[in-house]
Amino acid sequence: MAELGSFVLLLALALSAYSFLAGLIALIRKQPGSERLSETARRAGIASFGAVFTGAVILVTAAFRNDFSISYILHHSNRDLPLPYKFATLWSGQEGSLLFWSLLLSGYGLVLRLRHKTDVRLFAHASVVIAAVQVFFLLLLNFAAKPFAVIQTAVPPDGNGLNPLLQYPEMVIHPPMLYLGYVGFTVPFAFALGALAMKYPGEKWIHITRRWTMVTWGFLTCGVFLGAHWAYSVLGWGGYWGWDPVENASLMPWLVGTAFLHSVMMQEKRGMLKTWNMWLVFGTFWLAILGTFLTRSGIISSVHAFAQSSIGDWFFWFLIISLGTFTFFFVKNRSHLRSEHKLESLISRESSFLFNNLLFVLACFTVLWGTWFPKISELAQGKKVTVGAAFYNKVTIPVALLLLLLTAVGPLLAWRKTSFESLKRNFLWPSLGALAVGIVLVGLGVRPWADVSYFYALVAAMLAALVAFTVISEFIRGGRVISGHTGENLAASMVRLWHRNTRRYGGYIVHFGVALVFLGILGTPFNREAEKEMAFGDKLALGPYTLLCRSYTQEENANYSSDLAIIQIFKGDKQIDTLYPESRFYTASQQQQHVPAIRSTLKEDIYVVYEGQNQDTGRPIIKAHLNPMVSWIWIGLIVMVFGTILSLVPNAAPMRATVRDSKEARVPAHAAPVGAGD
Amino acid sequence: MRFSLIRDKRLHLIPALLLAVLLLLGAGDDSARIDRIGHQLMCVCGCNQVLLECNHVGCSYSTRMRDELTAAVTRGDGDNNVVQWFIQTYGTTVLTVPTEHGFNRIAWIMPYLALVLGIGLVVIIVAVWKKRPLAVHASVPTAVRGVELDRFRDQARRETQL
Repeated sequence: MAELGSFVLLLALALSAYSFLAGLIALIRKQPGSERLSETARRAGIASFGAVFTGAVILVTAAFRNDFSISYILHHSNRDLPLPYKFATLWSGQEGSLLFWSLLLSGYGLVLRLRHKTDVRLFAHASVVIAAVQVFFLLLLNFAAKPFAVIQTAVPPDGNGLNPLLQYPEMVIHPPMLYLGYVGFTVPFAFALGALAMKYPGEKWIHITRRWTMVTWGFLTCGVFLGAHWAYSVLGWGGYWGWDPVENASLMPWLVGTAFLHSVMMQEKRGMLKTWNMWLVFGTFWLAILGTFLTRSGIISSVHAFAQSSIGDWFFWFLIISLGTFTFFFVKNRSHLRSEHKLESLISRESSFLFNNLLFVLACFTVLWGTWFPKISELAQGKKVTVGAAFYNKVTIPVALLLLLLTAVGPLLAWRKTSFESLKRNFLWPSLGALAVGIVLVGLGVRPWADVSYFYALVAAMLAALVAFTVISEFIRGGRVISGHTGENLAASMVRLWHRNTRRYGGYIVHFGVALVFLGILGTPFNREAEKEMAFGDKLALGPYTLLCRSYTQEENANYSSDLAIIQIFKGDKQIDTLYPESRFYTASQQQQHVPAIRSTLKEDIYVVYEGQNQDTGRPIIKAHLNPMVSWIWIGLIVMVFGTILSLVPNAAPMRATVRDSKEARVPAHAAPVGAGD
Repeated sequence: MRFSLIRDKRLHLIPALLLAVLLLLGAGDDSARIDRIGHQLMCVCGCNQVLLECNHVGCSYSTRMRDELTAAVTRGDGDNNVVQWFIQTYGTTVLTVPTEHGFNRIAWIMPYLALVLGIGLVVIIVAVWKKRPLAVHASVPTAVRGVELDRFRDQARRETQL
């Protein structure tokens, strides 16, 4: 089985190398017969998917068959590992996750190559770029991080097991989502580099890549948030984002990718920011690879780095080569990227996109800076420093709030120039609504002058409300116009409104989801926690709740043994729930892990951790957190994903209305642009 | 007589009560200080967690460090002295954030500097782009037709997407 796996990976490398070289020669020579050569390159690229897919199937099968002669299976699985986690073995370690990366890349390449008739020449260029990236990953798999390496000693009866932190249901979907996002940004990059290399005329390549970018962005968004949810549910420290380098590595391409999603509209609509967009696409791809370099090289320590080795050198050189290649084509063909229009007003959609891009890129820079600063400090002054959550919270919150403001304001500004009347019409009611939210919160006891974190929370709440109200008012205003035109009810009109311009109104729903996410985050300053050694019958006060320790018990299965605390939650005299925080000991890996118990409501989470026993007294320690509003983060994610899906639906055919007579015309003059534009 | 006895007993209780209150207040103050300082320090076991939030199972460092923190606060060391002791014992990585002195100040300045420079850059770009001449200068107005008309129609469609 191992031999077969190694063979198909070698075959995949040969096919990808052929796809790259033959495709490149066909593009350069431009002689008769080049089309046929290009076609063979395309087919080799398609075949490489088959080879990589077979390799992945063999590795998963080896995990299911407990084939511990394969070193990777020995170190990442065991006989009693539940079946879903055996499947997750594929991405649980260094070699497997690189194989998974390669599988996804070849999958994206397959779809791209099958759709080549959309624009044969552009797709041929993109195919060559993807093949080049694929060659890099297959070189790694064949020579540096071999997933089918066999052990040289006698085969042990059982494996070492999967890292306990990874034995959580979300781990079956979180890495695939994240990797689909990381790898997916190779496709827009491939199109961008291809368009740059061939001096592709017009903005058609942008239209072609738009869906790829949005789908990829959707996956990356899911991946980042599922990672946060996993950290919250598994790591047991009561938070969901610790600004760990691995978390930062996933956030950086997301930030730049989000900037690209916005600024690309400038290029589509106004033929502007062509150079900037090229660099954003490249930056997103590059940061995804950089993140992998950071976490795999061990250059920056991380609690989440499950797979570290010496392959950092490979990634380093790949980063250099990809930067050099892109810079070469940019310098060579930059004259092709001139803007077609000028900016007419500071208060316009164009300006808002400029500031939006500035803030996203700045946020990315800040995260990158904080992630690298320990290394910079070590080089400059010979000693490392820690850059923890407090640093990021302090420097990123103002930028995040400005972005939230732009999220509310930007979509309602007109292209080219926005009049004062338009501003007043669009923002009066949402602004008053946001102000009312602020007043209510102060009335409820939020004192912005008491602590800067409360101030930020209040501003974030008002801005999130502004975003929500502007989105709602846009839907209602557009819906009303269509309702007046068609006679349909408001809800049906709003659906029709969305269908006329799915990207715009899907985007609004994504913005609404962002507002909900901020609603969840702004609860953080109001978190409370308590810790106590709790014997039977002991009580722990946590805000308005009382935690009563009823008992401790033990359970055991083939995979792990578990100590459970039985904690009853009371509000006043009324029992509202019972929670079972656990401390598990995994048999195969001989590792211990706390599994928090969480009671989630829309208002707050009660998060209880059984932290084991005090080594001196032998008494069990219970730590409890009261985290307000956290659920809204996950609800916000669902709304964002929903909005992304809606924005991918093709637009309905435009309505054509013939105005017969000015008296018969029911549509007012200003109604024409409803649903138009972005 | 009986009244005075009771009064005497109460008088004896007052210093004891005061001592208890002071001890409780002191204890409360100490816990606040431990909480405050403990959140400025990292656990150095490599788990990358704040000292008081480290729940790393079997962590050999956090328990000891918490005990050291509690001992230092209880014996009345000032906040700064406690932090300095931890830096001397465990190195600068024990702090959760870079200090605001010397080279480390760059860590704090750079994001804000980038923000200011970025905003300045965008404002300059906007100003320059506003002054940028249009590629085609208007001459005598003539009716637009043919390919040019198609170009305008295409642009209008892109900008309105109706």
